[in-house]
This record gives sequence, structure tokens and C-alpha cells, in this order.
Amino acid sequence: MTATAEPEIGKARLRKEDARLITGQTRWTDNLQLTGMLHMAVLRSPVAHARITNIDVSRATAMPGVAVVLTGEDFAAEQGSLPCAWPITEDMKSPPAPAMAVDQVNFAGEAVALVIADSAYHAADALEAIDVDYEDLPVVLDMEEALRDNDLVHPDLGTNKCATWIFDSAEAGVGTNVEDEIASAEVVIERTFRQQRLIPAFMEPRSVVVDTTAGMFTVWSATQIPHILRWMLSAVTGISEHKLRVIAPDVGGGFGGKLQVTPEELLCLLVARRMGRPVKWTESRTESMLSAHHGRDQIQKITLSARRDGTVTGLKVELLADMGAYLRLVTPGVPILGAFMFNSIYKFAAYRFVCTNVFTNKVPTDAYRGAGRPEATFAIERMMDELAVELGMEPMKIREMNWIKHEEFPFNTVAGLTYDSGNYEAATARAMELFGYDELREEQARRRSSGDVVQLGIGISTYTEMCGLAPSRVLGALRYAAGGWETASIRMLPTGKVEVITGTSPHGQGHETVWSQIVADKLGVPFEDVEVLHGDTATSHKGMDSYGSRSLAVGGTALVHAADKVLAKARTLAAHMMECDEADVEFASGSFSVRGTSTVRSLGDVVLAAHVAHDLPEGMEPGMDADATFDPDNFSFPHGTHLCATEVDTETGMVRISRYVAVDDVGTVMNPLIVDGQVHGGLAQGIAQALYEEATHDEMGTLTTATFADYLLPCAADLPAFLTDRTTTPATSNPLGAKGVGEAGTIASTPAVVNSVLDAVRHLGVRDIEMPMSPERVWTALQGRPDPGAGDVAAGGLGSIDAQGGQS
Amino acid sequence: MIPAEFKYLFPSTVDEAVRMLAEEGEDAKVIAGGQSLVPVLRMRLAAPTALIDIGGLTELTGVRDDGDSLLIGAMTTHYEVQRDHLVQDHALLLRLVTDTIADPQIRHRGTFGGSLCHADPAGDLLAPVLALDAVMIIAGPSGRREVPAAEFFVDYFTTALAADEILVDVRVPKYTGWGAHYEKLNRVAQAWSIVAVAAAVQVRDGTISAARVGLTNVGSGPVRATGVEEALIGQPPSSEAISEAALRASSGDGYKDNLARVLTGRALTAAVAG
Repeated sequence: MTATAEPEIGKARLRKEDARLITGQTRWTDNLQLTGMLHMAVLRSPVAHARITNIDVSRATAMPGVAVVLTGEDFAAEQGSLPCAWPITEDMKSPPAPAMAVDQVNFAGEAVALVIADSAYHAADALEAIDVDYEDLPVVLDMEEALRDNDLVHPDLGTNKCATWIFDSAEAGVGTNVEDEIASAEVVIERTFRQQRLIPAFMEPRSVVVDTTAGMFTVWSATQIPHILRWMLSAVTGISEHKLRVIAPDVGGGFGGKLQVTPEELLCLLVARRMGRPVKWTESRTESMLSAHHGRDQIQKITLSARRDGTVTGLKVELLADMGAYLRLVTPGVPILGAFMFNSIYKFAAYRFVCTNVFTNKVPTDAYRGAGRPEATFAIERMMDELAVELGMEPMKIREMNWIKHEEFPFNTVAGLTYDSGNYEAATARAMELFGYDELREEQARRRSSGDVVQLGIGISTYTEMCGLAPSRVLGALRYAAGGWETASIRMLPTGKVEVITGTSPHGQGHETVWSQIVADKLGVPFEDVEVLHGDTATSHKGMDSYGSRSLAVGGTALVHAADKVLAKARTLAAHMMECDEADVEFASGSFSVRGTSTVRSLGDVVLAAHVAHDLPEGMEPGMDADATFDPDNFSFPHGTHLCATEVDTETGMVRISRYVAVDDVGTVMNPLIVDGQVHGGLAQGIAQALYEEATHDEMGTLTTATFADYLLPCAADLPAFLTDRTTTPATSNPLGAKGVGEAGTIASTPAVVNSVLDAVRHLGVRDIEMPMSPERVWTALQGRPDPGAGDVAAGGLGSIDAQGGQS
Repeated sequence: MIPAEFKYLFPSTVDEAVRMLAEEGEDAKVIAGGQSLVPVLRMRLAAPTALIDIGGLTELTGVRDDGDSLLIGAMTTHYEVQRDHLVQDHALLLRLVTDTIADPQIRHRGTFGGSLCHADPAGDLLAPVLALDAVMIIAGPSGRREVPAAEFFVDYFTTALAADEILVDVRVPKYTGWGAHYEKLNRVAQAWSIVAVAAAVQVRDGTISAARVGLTNVGSGPVRATGVEEALIGQPPSSEAISEAALRASSGDGYKDNLARVLTGRALTAAVAG
């Protein structure tokens, strides 16, 4: 008899995958060495918009070790167009998206030639010997300027406007008319915010290896989406899907940045097919920053109407979203994911969302942690503070009087969603208590009245988000090309060990640990007896991969269903073995017993019996395996309250976070250690948007932040000790009660920080400061001077090395 | 991130290194800790034909007492400077500055002399070395010569070192008993200073008898704030006197001008308190 074990679900287990990930003793794509492997290096355009008038590869071709040098002309007939899976409107303009430029480049960093050589060194050497002649075209960088259509990114389209997507609560029948609300409002607030361009900055650079031996194309890639990649590569190249195998081995971070079908994946495949030899490409950090997709980059014009008592009535959102030069996998849909979240936790009567997607000569944007929801949360949380200031009300009070009360769930929102559960009062009460809200307000008052050089600010973010992407029917209604279900399989091995196959594709989240915990609890087997297989289309035969905080809520549910199927079959067999009625069989802690007797069969005994199949009930198939696929009925809606105290040095403009409290409600928690880790990392990225990160370009469209010396990421030394806690309101849309936690920290934290900094200096006459709130920007605002932009003193950094090298 | 091909040389004496430099010509480069040069090589911002690795020249490491001054070997690592008791006792400012350089890994690799020869105006060691009236001892084909710091730093990434010369020692006068502080403003831990101020102050009988102030990253090289130094002499170490003097750190109205003044005031305040 097994004693009743402590439940695995909810246990703060260390992650079983960490030792190999941290020591690097694992299968990173770049670790692969195949016999006869060639190395690919990519020559990238230094200019943002130009015609290619000539490419001379003769010198490069003659360099040592070079097998071949290829240009866009060589691929023109076979490369097709990289896929965009989200045509958001019927009339969306979508330019062809070649993996390699043929006669025109549209962003600085676009591939223009490849060197294929016997080593990465020889390939890099030969890149410098390729001569490309460019004839400059006018560069389109600014979205508002782009919409005047004076200069066009893609002349064939006749416009830089990609698409306009509208949601209107009156037209949808879920609210009143926003223009009526604004016209009759007692208070109207209009603000414009800028979401700067961000770079996902995953730790492991992208890497691809393609092998053509054994009559198959095997593609290893540092990707979040092996299943989608296989489908799309097949669609683009015409290689039959069953002759393509995609493997995402261990992958070192993604943040949405590896939710992509990249030019380099396609080019590696085409080169391997052409050469009949394995090919590897691994990018440098600078190459990654220049050519992998970026995130955010929106201009948000927000109009909010309210009554004098603080009750909000209408919300109008007019967005410009920068697509960059091409539409990648979900580029046009990212801002649309935010459309349902601007109203957030508040009860607006009317809502209208209009998003205009714009082409510019910059690297395409696409998913980045939060994808649309951070932008929405930022805008509404900033606006709630602006309303509080306008009305002279306490900012938490104004949120409280407008949010959905816990007894009002399920709640149909003005954006057409149904929030299934939540308790904003509870999360907020806990956060206020941990933070010491009232004491900090007193401290703030003291510093204001004494004119302290270092002023104190308090910032609030009461957020919700939608995750668990996604009900397939909703994706269909939004014109997304794929579904949102997820799959899991359980294979019971004859020795009683368990193989789990998941369609999710972890790249740092810890699925192996949590999936093992779930299975251990469901089947009563030891945690150590479960192995989780993922990321290989040959073993994990179908899946929709990992992004949008979906893996647990959707993939975890599929796993629960698969376990239920295993148990159902095992129960039938156990009854047969114990010669009793199935209704009398009980299952606990990994053993079946006959109610009221001492007759017992362990699950291992039953599995072995199924495997040897000597004596099975009539009609039962041998073996003990199960597959399950789950398509959710609804999203899940994590929420929480984040409070941030900042100290702003009014003499230098430097901002220091002195206290940060995050109380999140992510539903039922499987592993609190992993949840904390996700929250901490998410906070770091959200805070970084507020204070540090910004991708900037010069007037020629060259990225001026192409190293980590110029693109500032915070490290542990720059961040405060986070105080985290949780409230638990289980999700009703899945049996685990899980909501998702991958993006919550990022979504919530940016406005908490910005609201805090503004709160510190508002009494000194500052109304707004653009992100990232660099010391120079803060100080300049305090002087009452106009925003200085990113400035040339943003980082110090390798910009100073450029002066020596004479190039970037 | 793959450097261009280069020849790698590993001399075992200073004389041999100098001879190699002469033989390899202008496109050769000395590599010390490599913390600035290696990133430049990896990004192919420079492509020297030969690297002369002076990591084996043990004669260039360590800090020696030389009467009225210290001799700091060019290959002494930042980590060694931080822990050296002579530096602590006689050149406290250098220890405080070194504490702020990058992170522990870099401080174990990067060298005192390498930072000075790289001559990045955002580098932390230039301003204090200038302010402390240090002298560079340089080896070349015709023997050794001494160059004051004020003449050593010529421009962005440019020093008075000739192509066939190597920095071997830095002579730093003793500032025994002086108060010191380095006030640095950088956005994240691994970032360069936007502006930083190195200050050393001698207070005797309630009066500032001498002061040294150097500014990091406000020009094409380190800047000595002589106006500030002069204004302090004979003053009491009071906040009024310091505030008044700090105004002389810069006269402009830009952000970095403001930082120069504010950080000078803070550096001096901490230095007199220490």
C-alpha cells in the first residue's frame, strides 16, 4: 500500500530541467554538430530603404572555405512569401515578404546575401567581401508622417496604411455610443501616450540547423512554435508536411520574440535542400537586435469621459500601430489583442476602439510579452490617474468606485468578453496592507512640504488581462488562421513509468516540472517517474505551442483529460482483474481497491496487465495510453493590484524603485516557486519598459541600439526586492482553475512605475514624461523643457566605441 | 560575433613585447585584460593584424611603495587594486572608483593600465588619475619615458602612447589621510557613467588645504575641474563653500552641465565627511 502522498499540485518544487539548462549540458540548437555541416552567415542591409542595383559576390566566392554565395536573385523563384497568419480585415494591405531581399530593401537589417562556408569563421570573413550597390529611396520612419503617404514603403500598395480595425460597443450591441457619452459628459480627458519600440532580448540567440539526410528535412530551431513552424514551412516551400520534422530542443527564452517563422529558418531550409548537406545558422546579439522582430511601438490617443463624482462613462481609443516593413506571423493582430483590454476592470457604458496599422521602414513588430495587453493596461491605468488628478480624488478610490465588484461575476464587458471570475477588492486590500500605503502617503507629504531633493511617488496598477489563448471559435471570428486548442498524450510504460507528450513548447517556463506534478497527482505516481517530451513534431505529433500564457490553462487541461482517460481504462481493467463490478472500484494514491475489501491492485500492476495483454476484458485494446485535446470555451482573466513607490532625485532625474508590491490572482497555483519566478521576470521586463528599454533609430533608419551597451536591460542590482503575494479566485474555464501567469507581471508593472514617477513630480508642474523615463527625460521635464528624446547620453555605451571604429 | 583573423603573440618580457610591437607595425594591438578590446574585435570595429598579449608580463602586476608615491603596475587588475592596502592608505580615491567599475567578473579580468590606454572618456579611471596628478611610465624601443596624465589623454580613445610603446607603470603621488569620493550616475549597473565626479580633499585645522576634482564623460577626455579646486582652498568644509565651488564644475545649462555641478557637490560633501 502506498501511503497518501502530499499533493504535488501546489508544491514549491525546484524545476527538474534547471540543472541542465543552467549548466548548458543540454541540447541548445547551436550545440548540434552534424557531419559535413555547412555554416550560413547573412549579409544585412545597412540602409533602411533602397533599390539594390548590383551585388558582386566574386571576391567573396573566392575566399577560403566558401562553398557558395547566394543572393535574393538565387532564391526569387523558390522563396515565396513569409506567412502572415492574421489578416485582421478583409481589405488589409499585405506586401510580399521575401525571406531575402531581391531588388529592394525595406529595413536596415534585412537579408541581402548569404555566405555558405565550411566554418562559421570563414562565412563571417567572406561577408565583408560582398559588394552591394544601393540606390537610396526615401525612408519612412514616423507613423504620422507615413500616413500622409508622401513617401511609400511599398509603392505597389499605393499607401502606407495597412489596415484599420474597429470595435464599437454600440454597433456590437454590448454598450452605448461613445460619442454620445463624450458629448454629454461632465468631464472629458484626452491624452496621447507613446509606447516605445522594444526588443524582446531573449537570452539564447536564434539558431537553426537543417539536415536533409534519411529522406527527411529535419529542422532544429530555437523557436517557441515547432508545430506552427512545420505547417508554415511546408506551406511556403511546398515540401510535404510529412517530410518535414521540426525540433525545438531546449530553448533559452522567447518572450514572443521566437513566436515567428523567420527568414533565416526558411533560408536554412532552402540552402540545405539546394546543397544536400546540413546547414547551421546562429545569430550574434547585434544581428538579433537588427533583424528579429521588435515589440510595442504604438501611439495611443485616449479619450475618457466621466461624471464629476468619478464614475467613468465612455472610453475611446485611437491607435496607430507600427507594423515595420512587413507583416510577420501575427504582426497585424498584436494591437488587436489589446482591443478587448482597454476597458480593463472598469464598468464603462460605451467603448470604441479604432486601430490603424502603419507600414514604416523598420524591422517588423510582432508579439512581445503581453502582446497588445500591456499597451492597453498602460493606457487605461494612466488615464485613471489622470482622471483622479483632474477631479482631485484619491487614485485608488476612483478605481474602486468603477471596478467590477466580486459579486458581479461572471461579468459581460463593454468589449464583448465575459470575465468569469475575480476579486479586485481582495487583491487590492492585500496589496495596500503589504505596501503600507497610508504610511507612504504620509512620507510623501512630508517630503513635499520640506522640499526634499528626493521626492516620493506612489503608483497604482489594478490590472486584468486575457490569457489562455484561445477558444478556436473566437480566433476564427477574429480572422486568425489557426485554432487555439492544445493536446497532451500519456504513455504508460510497462515498468510503471510515465511518458507525457505535450503540444506546448516550453522555452524556460518549467513545463516539465509542472506537467509532472499534475500527472503525479492525477495518477498517484512519484513525480520522478514522469518524463515530459515536447518540441519535436515526430513525438509531439500535434500542438499549438507556447505563447499568450496558454500552456497551463489549455495544455495543462488537455493533460488532465488524458490522465482521466488513462484512469478510466485502468479502472475497467482493474475491475476485471479484481473480479468486481467497476462501480465498486475506488482509486486513491496510485492504487485501485474494491470498496469495503482489502483487495488492491496498483496502477503499475494494471498497466503491466494491459501491456502483456494476457487477460483483458472483451474488446479492450492492449496498452494503456491516452490522447486528449482541449479547446477552451473562454479565455482566463488573471488580475491583481501592483503598487510601486519610487524615489525621484529632482537634481539628477534618477528614479529608484524603493518598494514594489505585486498581489496577483492567477487562479489555482500549481507551483508557487514557478509562479513567483514568472512574476519576478515579468516585473523586470515591465519595469524596463518604464525606465530603461527603447529601440531607437537615426534619421536614416539605422538602429542605434544594437548592442546591450546601448539597449539597456536592468539586472538584479537595478531592481528592488519584490514583495509578492497572491489571492486565489479559480478560473472557471478549466478544471485546474488556472489562469496563466506568463505575462501578468509585465502587463501590470509598466503603468505602476510611470504613475509612481509622475506622482512624485506632479506637484512640481510635470504632467507627463515619455518612456523610458531616463534621468535626462525626468530632469528635462522638471525644468519645464520639451522632451529631449532618447538623447545621446542615454547610456554612455558602445556608442562611444563607434566613434573610434568609425562605423556601427 | 566572430573577429577577423589575427596573429597571436605572447611575450614574456616588456622588452620582448616592445620589440614585437615594432616588428608587427601599426596594425598590431596590445591586449591586456581584453574587457574593451575583445568586444571591439568581436564586432569587427577593429581588425588588428596581430594581438600582443601582455598577460604573461608578471613584472607589470602589483602595487609598490616608492617613497612619496605608489607605483601601480599596468597589468594590475581592478580586483587587485580594490584589495591593495597601499592603495587603500595612500590613494583611497582610486579604490573607491574601482569599486564602481562594471561587475566582479570584469574587475577580475580588466586592468588598471588597460583602462587608461583605452582612453574611453566614459571610463572611470581617467578622471581620478588626471586629478591625482599621476604620471605614466612608458616603455618604448629607446627606453622609458614619463608622461604626466594631463598630457597622456589626448582625445577620444587616443593617448600619447606611440604605436611601439607600452604603458608599464603609473606613478601616483601619495594622498595619505585625504578624504575621497566618486559620485557616479549610470542608468543600470553595467552601463557607463552619464557623468561621474572623482574628488579628493585634504582638510587641515578645519580648512580645506588642497582638493583634486576630475570629471568623467563630459568631454573628449577626462576633465580636471581646476576652478572648483581653487575655489575650495582656504574654505571651511561647509555645505555653503562646497555648493559655491561646485557651481564652477560647468557653466552650461545642458543636462550634463547640471550633472557636473550636482555630482561635484555630492562628491565633495562625501569626501570631506570621509
